[in-house]
Amino acid sequence: MSVADEWTAGPTGSAPAAAQVDVLVLGAGPAGMAAANEARAHGMSVLLLDENAAPGGQVHRAVESRTPKDEQDRDGAKLAAAFRASGTDYRPGATLWAVEPATEGGGGKVFWSEGGAARSVATQRLILCAGATERPLPIPGWTLPGVMSVGAAQIALKTAGLVPEGQVWLAGQGPLLWLYAVQALERGGRLAGIIDLSPPGGLRRALPHLGRALKAPEYLWRGLQWQRRVRRAGVAVTVARALRAEGEGRLARIVVDGVAHPADLLLLHDGVVPNTQVTRAIPGCVHGWDPVQACWRPGLDLWGNTAVAGVMVAGDSAGIGGARAAVHAGRIAALEAARALGRITTDERDARAGPLRLLRDRQLAPRLFLDAMFPPLPPAAIADEVVLCRCEEVTAGRVRQAVALGCLGANQTKAFTRAGMGPCQGRICGPAVHGVIAAARGVAGGEVDPFRTRFPTKPLTLGELAALAGPL
Amino acid sequence: MFRRTEPTDCTITWEGRTLPARTGESLAAALLAAGITAFRETPVSGSPRGPLCLMGACFDCLVEVEGAQNMQACLVPVSPGLRVAMQRGARDFVEDAA
Repeated sequence: MSVADEWTAGPTGSAPAAAQVDVLVLGAGPAGMAAANEARAHGMSVLLLDENAAPGGQVHRAVESRTPKDEQDRDGAKLAAAFRASGTDYRPGATLWAVEPATEGGGGKVFWSEGGAARSVATQRLILCAGATERPLPIPGWTLPGVMSVGAAQIALKTAGLVPEGQVWLAGQGPLLWLYAVQALERGGRLAGIIDLSPPGGLRRALPHLGRALKAPEYLWRGLQWQRRVRRAGVAVTVARALRAEGEGRLARIVVDGVAHPADLLLLHDGVVPNTQVTRAIPGCVHGWDPVQACWRPGLDLWGNTAVAGVMVAGDSAGIGGARAAVHAGRIAALEAARALGRITTDERDARAGPLRLLRDRQLAPRLFLDAMFPPLPPAAIADEVVLCRCEEVTAGRVRQAVALGCLGANQTKAFTRAGMGPCQGRICGPAVHGVIAAARGVAGGEVDPFRTRFPTKPLTLGELAALAGPL
Repeated sequence: MFRRTEPTDCTITWEGRTLPARTGESLAAALLAAGITAFRETPVSGSPRGPLCLMGACFDCLVEVEGAQNMQACLVPVSPGLRVAMQRGARDFVEDAA
């Protein structure tokens, strides 16, 4: 029985603990696919786990089954085709739930669930490419059915061809909101209007970064085009300060600065943050506060190595840089893994990574401009009655009460309120709970610890876990 | 709310009702396309919820699929005839049908 057969064998197959790979990649988005392709090019065995049914991640979701519409789609399709041909052992529908870092002289171990059974494998290098999640935009009524995120609607569009129809409103700020509006209109969708909640003075704040941003002028050009196309399509854009969702059992209307409008669907967006759910659960994996993007990111060296030997991070889960930057970061991390495993020399690694760094830097050039244009909405403005933690139904007011009682950090808040302790494990509310605590204490975000995550980072059933043991 | 731009090719049942669907799309997409917004009732207050993120993060799209509870509808692909029901409160301590 080959090593690959052992992994695919059912729960009654032989113990999978003997299986070993050179590199395990988490996530089949731009960074993950690029890392896998590069690692395979240097002869390393690669296993890639991804939760979704097909490669692409969020930006290139369902890219293999869609007709390419633009340069980004074509890049994604090319990357996915190379990935399919790379010889990577690709596992779609696989959810990673634990990482055991390397021990003295040995590799690390990774655990996941796939097809109703848990599996594990030893690996020399782990490259985490977990991408980003949308920053929550907690407003009154955002837990009502019929309120979703803009990213969710984009996934429905890309994977199932669902277009918005009826009284559909977009609200919040950031590039994705405008991109989705354009994509939805192009597919024949209809929008009732866009509620622009971006803090005033965006252009004034962003202007000092214009020179740098123009190193990759296509980003700003695309943004302007999106806004122009949306306005030309006759979609009303309302600049507003306060927004609430209302309805009995489901969304019925939105109230914008005191004015009510009928609503079937409200799509919220306030930018994206790195997905650090797995790295935060690894003991010793240091994270730092990014005051510009107002988020935590893992501490990395120039190659994507974390503080934990053998564990690497690439792409947006290391800090938001977008899909094009993520591809280069994935390749750079794989080159470093190839060096660490003796497949290439340090000189070879440096020579190959040099041009990739230049390409990546160019793609990162507009970030400061964009970050200054769309700073996250202030957590201090979230009303006390608004639910922050959707799973445990904990309001901003209760979190502020906990702070008043002397609760200094997000982990203490768990004990006081259960915020962040539901099934999503703080994936959604994390940035909001953290921001509300920092604002209530009057300190910078870096002064407040983030939610500590623990393995298993995704729920698994006892049945799945039992399959890991194999035959006794 | 949403309109389909691609044809359906099968049906699934939701709470005993037959809904059109497309093989391979996510269960959450099929329900949304049929106008279903409330997928579950929360364990804390019993209030109705529907999907927020559709990417496996929010756990607000939990449903019961073929008797297996707490399934993320956004991560379950549609297959013809799939029987799906609302997830009401926390899952029961029963033998998993899956």
